[in-house]
Amino acid sequence: MFKIVEKKVLAPSIFLMDIEAPRVAKSAQPGQFIILRMDEKGERLPLTICDYDREKGTVTIVVQAIGCSTRRMADFNVGDYFADFVGPLGRESEFIHENIEDVKKKKVLFVAGGVGTAPVYPQVKWLHENGVDVDVIIGAKNKEMLIMEDEMKAVCANLYPATDDGSYGYKGLVTDLIKDLVQNQGKQYDEVIAIGPMIMMKFVCKLTEELGIKTIVSLNPVMVDGTGMCGACRVTVGGETKFACVDGPEFDGHTVDFDEAMKRQGLYKDEECQKTESYEKNCKIGGAK
Amino acid sequence: MSEIKVDKMKRVPVREQDAKVRATNFEEVCYGYNEEEAVAEASRCLGCKHKPCVSMCPVSIDIPGFIKHVAEKEFELAAKELAKYTALPAVCGRVCPQELQCESKCVLGIKGEAVSIGKLERFVADWATKNNVDLSQTAPKNGKKVAVIGSGPAGVTCAGDLAKMGYEITVFEALHEPGGVLLYGIPEFRLPKEDVVKPELQNLEKLGVKIETNVIVGRTITIDQLLGEEGFDAVFIGSGAGLPKFMGIDGENLNGVFSANEVLTRNNLMKAFKEDYDTPIRPGKKVAVVGGGNVAMDAARTALRLGAEVHVVYRRSDAELPARAEEVHHAKEEGVIFDVLTNPVEILGDENGWVKGMKCVKMELGEADESGRRRPQVIEGSEFILDVDTVIMSLGTSPNPLITDTTKGLDVNKWGCIVADEADGQTSREGIFAGGDAVTGAATVILAMGAGKAAAQAIDKYVKSK
Repeated sequence: MFKIVEKKVLAPSIFLMDIEAPRVAKSAQPGQFIILRMDEKGERLPLTICDYDREKGTVTIVVQAIGCSTRRMADFNVGDYFADFVGPLGRESEFIHENIEDVKKKKVLFVAGGVGTAPVYPQVKWLHENGVDVDVIIGAKNKEMLIMEDEMKAVCANLYPATDDGSYGYKGLVTDLIKDLVQNQGKQYDEVIAIGPMIMMKFVCKLTEELGIKTIVSLNPVMVDGTGMCGACRVTVGGETKFACVDGPEFDGHTVDFDEAMKRQGLYKDEECQKTESYEKNCKIGGAK
Repeated sequence: MSEIKVDKMKRVPVREQDAKVRATNFEEVCYGYNEEEAVAEASRCLGCKHKPCVSMCPVSIDIPGFIKHVAEKEFELAAKELAKYTALPAVCGRVCPQELQCESKCVLGIKGEAVSIGKLERFVADWATKNNVDLSQTAPKNGKKVAVIGSGPAGVTCAGDLAKMGYEITVFEALHEPGGVLLYGIPEFRLPKEDVVKPELQNLEKLGVKIETNVIVGRTITIDQLLGEEGFDAVFIGSGAGLPKFMGIDGENLNGVFSANEVLTRNNLMKAFKEDYDTPIRPGKKVAVVGGGNVAMDAARTALRLGAEVHVVYRRSDAELPARAEEVHHAKEEGVIFDVLTNPVEILGDENGWVKGMKCVKMELGEADESGRRRPQVIEGSEFILDVDTVIMSLGTSPNPLITDTTKGLDVNKWGCIVADEADGQTSREGIFAGGDAVTGAATVILAMGAGKAAAQAIDKYVKSK
């Protein structure tokens, strides 16, 4: 059993939790994820690692309550336990294995979309701790939904917030902002790392391909075991089938078949909606209205 | 109850759930023997002095020995006799291919039907669970620690044997529940989880074995950390062969194409067939299962129970089906359709990325290849479309490279299997032993158990000589 030692609401429907999981905390690296199962009847949910404290033995996750399971998860509080918490899973971000002096020479831009800001954070933090400061774009629907701004500010060189409705920072999509930075503000980047909704990553890749900037994305397909034994998470990268849970989750964004990946994300949409609907109906707090 | 009349040449029949009924539920197909039936069947055993049956059992159970106890209604003694050799009698009695092993050499089988050794083993194990027979005798603790990676049949057997010798054992399991393929792979209707698998794993814990779930060796911790900072004297790798193979044909990533492992994991481990569990499953209306092994049979019969029309698509003929005869027979009884001498060449999708059919070709058997099997060849111009909305690929599995990639000096062969001594499981690294599917590639439960048993002996010898 894995204890929840901290819970914070970051935005409407987005919450953060620190979970006591010493073995995972000890081995976790930026870019990796965990799988969590709430209780006996729960499903296995993949969630990217947002932070870790090796001394306290805790791992931080950030979740957006969108489906049945994540809404059910939002009802858990400090002192409650999750049945299972396994990881770290997947490969670490590429730069961890690169010569740090080479990394320092690169100009890197991180592009975070929505709840995707959470997995960007440990990467930016790791780089900062290793003497590399990078630029970060955080995109959100509006000011209310923008998360982790202060945390990010503390570990990056320049932070560029963007909102769809212009309620905060740059008004427009993250892709418009990238274009603005590169074409109008004279910024030069050797590499872009984009994490967020599949559609956002697709359009960032389309743009950076035109701009000629290498781009890494972190894919979030449907997963079951997360250890490579089922292939539910398979994606086509460079014309080859890869399992995101063991070969990824990070890939060269210019070689990912995003259209296929987005279709595969919707595989259980009908079942998901049914379960969410019945959860809301039966839920003591939300459903009783 | 009336006395059962025994015909020496014929088996006491075993009761089964009716095919029409069982095709709609996940309850066990075979009911097994009751006490009278077991005693009657046991009385058929000739108690041969040279015990040919034992020579074919990978863990060398004294078969006439335990059967004699059954014939004399000493069920507890029979259970204790079995426990000397196997940690999983209720499992093996159910899933071993006995027709190729112990029962294949039974003297009665020459002129009549072999003794139902598997069904008797199963009866004894079930009786012991129901009557809480204590099988937890161990030697005094010797202060030595061994780590076992994987809680499938190989790991469990190795752990059980070493615990009995007095070792302190920790089993590390990547999933949230122990059992390996017994849990996520083999369905409830062949191997009930609550009543059969769990009690046998609890017996292991009664021997003092600690099972740590949610630990992925190669990610959460490495073998070198286990041998170093965690202070283990030796490691046994029983991590299996869980990586599914795909065909590499067009359309394989369409929505509605699954690996058999995914379907079975969702259904068996995550209990997707139960309404109140969160994990979804999409069985489809018309399903093609590609492959002919036991896993293909399990996937086909699972899809059938979830309400689909199911076709097994296999490139060789009926006679070459690698699955156990009993499983093929059960599948046919339940209504699974067999499309043999058929091979898929492409999966067709609709505009939304969902499977709408599978393009296949008809095959014929040509000359025998080096392995002696007749090679299937495509019949020119035989292309046709099988009208299905779901495809389940069951083409076999290979070992997961997670452990070997993160352990320096651990040799693997070209199939990614760990290189280990056949007799004792010694790998290319001192103190590291391996066995089961991780070494052989996908094989059987009982072979994995045999390897776990042999490795336990070798580990004992190694640790004592250190």
